[in-house]
Amino acid sequence: MSEQRAYLPDIERGLRFLPEQASRFAGDLDIFYLVMVVVCGLLTILVFALICYFGYRYRANSHANREHIPSPRTSQRIELGVLTIMFVVFMGLFAWSSDLYLGQYRGPQSAMTINVIGKQWMWKVQHPDGAREINTIHVPVGETIALRVTSEDVIHSFYIPDFRIKRDVLPGAYREVWFEATTPGEYRLFCAEYCGSYHSRMRGKIVAMEQAAYQRWLSRQGQHDTPEVQGARLFSSYGCSGCHIGESSVRAPELAGVYGRPVPLSSGGTVMADDAYLRDSILQPQKHVVAGFNPIMPSFSGQISEDELLQIIAYIKSLQPEESGTTPPDDTTDGEEP
Amino acid sequence: MSVVSGNAWPANDLWPREHYLSSGFRLRDWLLTTDHKRIGWLYLASITAFFFLGGVAALLIRLELMTPRGDLVTADTYNQLFSMHGIIMIWFFLIPSIPATLGNFLLPLMVGARDLAFPRINLLSWYIYTIGGIFTLFAVIAGGVDTGWTFYTPYSTMFSNTAVLAAVTGVFVVGFSSILTGINFIVTTHKMRAPGLSWMRLPLFVWANYATSLIMVLATPVLSCTLLLIALERVLGIGIFDPSLGGDPILFQHLFWFYSHPAVYIMILPGMGVVSEIITCFSRNPIFGYKGMAISIMSIAIFGFIVWGHHMFVAGQSLYAGVMFSFFTFLVALPSAIKTFNWTATLYKGRIHFTAPMLYGLSFIGLFTIGGLTGIILASLAIDIHVHDTYFVVAHFHYIMVGGMVTAYLGGLHFWWPKMTGKRYSELWSKVAALALFIGFNLTFFPQFILGYLGMPRRYHEYPADFQILNAMSSLGAGVLAIGYLLPLVYLTWSLFKGQPAGSNPWNAKGLEWLTTSPPLKHNFVQIPRVTEPAYAYDRDDG
Repeated sequence: MSEQRAYLPDIERGLRFLPEQASRFAGDLDIFYLVMVVVCGLLTILVFALICYFGYRYRANSHANREHIPSPRTSQRIELGVLTIMFVVFMGLFAWSSDLYLGQYRGPQSAMTINVIGKQWMWKVQHPDGAREINTIHVPVGETIALRVTSEDVIHSFYIPDFRIKRDVLPGAYREVWFEATTPGEYRLFCAEYCGSYHSRMRGKIVAMEQAAYQRWLSRQGQHDTPEVQGARLFSSYGCSGCHIGESSVRAPELAGVYGRPVPLSSGGTVMADDAYLRDSILQPQKHVVAGFNPIMPSFSGQISEDELLQIIAYIKSLQPEESGTTPPDDTTDGEEP
Repeated sequence: MSVVSGNAWPANDLWPREHYLSSGFRLRDWLLTTDHKRIGWLYLASITAFFFLGGVAALLIRLELMTPRGDLVTADTYNQLFSMHGIIMIWFFLIPSIPATLGNFLLPLMVGARDLAFPRINLLSWYIYTIGGIFTLFAVIAGGVDTGWTFYTPYSTMFSNTAVLAAVTGVFVVGFSSILTGINFIVTTHKMRAPGLSWMRLPLFVWANYATSLIMVLATPVLSCTLLLIALERVLGIGIFDPSLGGDPILFQHLFWFYSHPAVYIMILPGMGVVSEIITCFSRNPIFGYKGMAISIMSIAIFGFIVWGHHMFVAGQSLYAGVMFSFFTFLVALPSAIKTFNWTATLYKGRIHFTAPMLYGLSFIGLFTIGGLTGIILASLAIDIHVHDTYFVVAHFHYIMVGGMVTAYLGGLHFWWPKMTGKRYSELWSKVAALALFIGFNLTFFPQFILGYLGMPRRYHEYPADFQILNAMSSLGAGVLAIGYLLPLVYLTWSLFKGQPAGSNPWNAKGLEWLTTSPPLKHNFVQIPRVTEPAYAYDRDDG
């Protein structure tokens, strides 16, 4: 137990009523939230005030005037009036909040991507340059950061209250979280989806730093192989290169340039070669067989860890003949291809 | 409702010579009864036992959360406590609470029938409930279950080492009890209404139980199938939800919430029905906008089926599905808003009596308003990103289910207690209990809204130290709330033995149930009453 507690980064705070606003989204959201609180607060006060007023004025032994109650027709009109007002107010709030949501969850076109793997009960992090961290993520301020999150076991949820962002971390799928930190400092990272015994200890911190300080921190981490380089090594050590590269005796689809392109399938139809597709093709090769090839690839399910998968995918991506040009796939939508 | 024939007892006849409790004192007269009133009592006893069991779990949770460190119970015990609290309170207390006790007792009386349409199926549903309860208690004894009441996969199927199967079986079994009760209520409402009791003259309590029954019959089978799939994956390793077996964990959430969101309406609509009866009676006013109230009950029941995705805004469903679910959730709030407005408007120019049931009824309106409006805050996609799975959500649904449904249930119990038992209870103590509930409830759950927006995730055994003050307030409130729940247990039980006779209609209320004796006759009415008036034909100048 004490061992578990040892790596829990604790950030000291006093009693407050709003979390810190440390991301670009946080400020926008808080304005909307406060408007919501005011609207809902006023409605609540109105209901309480009416109950108290009527309760006092029309108490059983009062002599208040009880003549002229509204006719059914009038009361129906009042009802419809209330309904209309509420409808208009609600639709306004709905539109505002949906706009904020789409802005936050659609994410930017390109961003620095950090890989985050959740497992019972820790967060494993790998930076684009290969540096690794556990339960702590160093990021620069003023830059959009994308986190590619996945889980090794059950569902977790990646939550930074001070940034107002959250995203469920699913096993067997990649999801992305975006944020732009605005203020240097340390911020709490929580697992928000119940994940077993030590769910409440699956905590970490985000360290947001000025660009210069971030660069200094990076250089202190020493030299690492980037995920692409590590992926290349795994690609040959797992024997992938035996079939997929060069003139091997076994015919397997060529991987250079496949990422971000539609792939024709033997079952007819096509599928977009995104991270989820590459992942599935390694773990469940029979799921999508490329047109013109035999389903002979063995499954690597249970043999390759989540970290290694991300590295191999990074390597396959790097085999792109012309860098950029294609837009990254939108893997925020539900479900891999049918 | 006035009656042409059927009221054979003078109003001052305080204690009927014969009634449904006056003969048959043996155990088998209770366990083999087909009298809807006695079955109502069987349910009442069972759900009260489960309520206090679930309440003990809640108190232990709140005691643990007095301090940031996990020092009272271990993490595993804590996880089992909140799981059992949820499973027991939802499936063994809230869902059967009003329908199976008050509904069972009152529905035939209110429609002027001698029993439900299928009395033996009614008894069967109680036995099924009991068997389900035994499985769940077995799960507690066999080492507990730690999945939360939501049984999220793949945790529940492949990772949890606890008695998931026993708990899932318990919930699976108890589902059939709701289905049977639902069918019984639907048929009774359609076929057994007294002459003159048209649909637009039905008390709103009947409308609410009718709508609830529709949801029970339509949604519960989906839950049963889903639980069966959990068992298949857990026992046989058939890949349905676990991605490492080729399954999809999001599929589980869709299936689960397709039942569990409508289930939220199972847990609130009957409360709305009860409160409509109480507010009209003690303001001596007909309900404001009867038609609007009946329509809103039905539209809540229907719209409730297309909002399940609002539980999954951050789970990874498509963005546009999220937007649509948010839209429908805003819409489903409209009929609730109308209802709140109409209850308040019913007080206007009334003659308001602050009896204990009325205090519960008014508390309901206040607490339901807060619960409903915070539901709108949660339905806003952008805010839900931040507060999903935090204490904000915990506070919101407790305002609806405890502040709303449990308060309404207690209000209904106080309102109809004189009818069910023929006895009066202490006026003073019942008002003290109602006030303790209102104060204790707000003290417990209001701080949790702030905690949630600050970012405290739910189901946390340990938490950062700066959340302690708000958590301590919440825990103290839970103590006050516990008093509010224990008091009625004491004075209502006391009234059974020592209470003064109540008379057939102590509140001077309308509605067919008040036309028979208290306690009612074995077959409810000597002659089936004939209805000539709309519901709630109260006269403001009369008392």
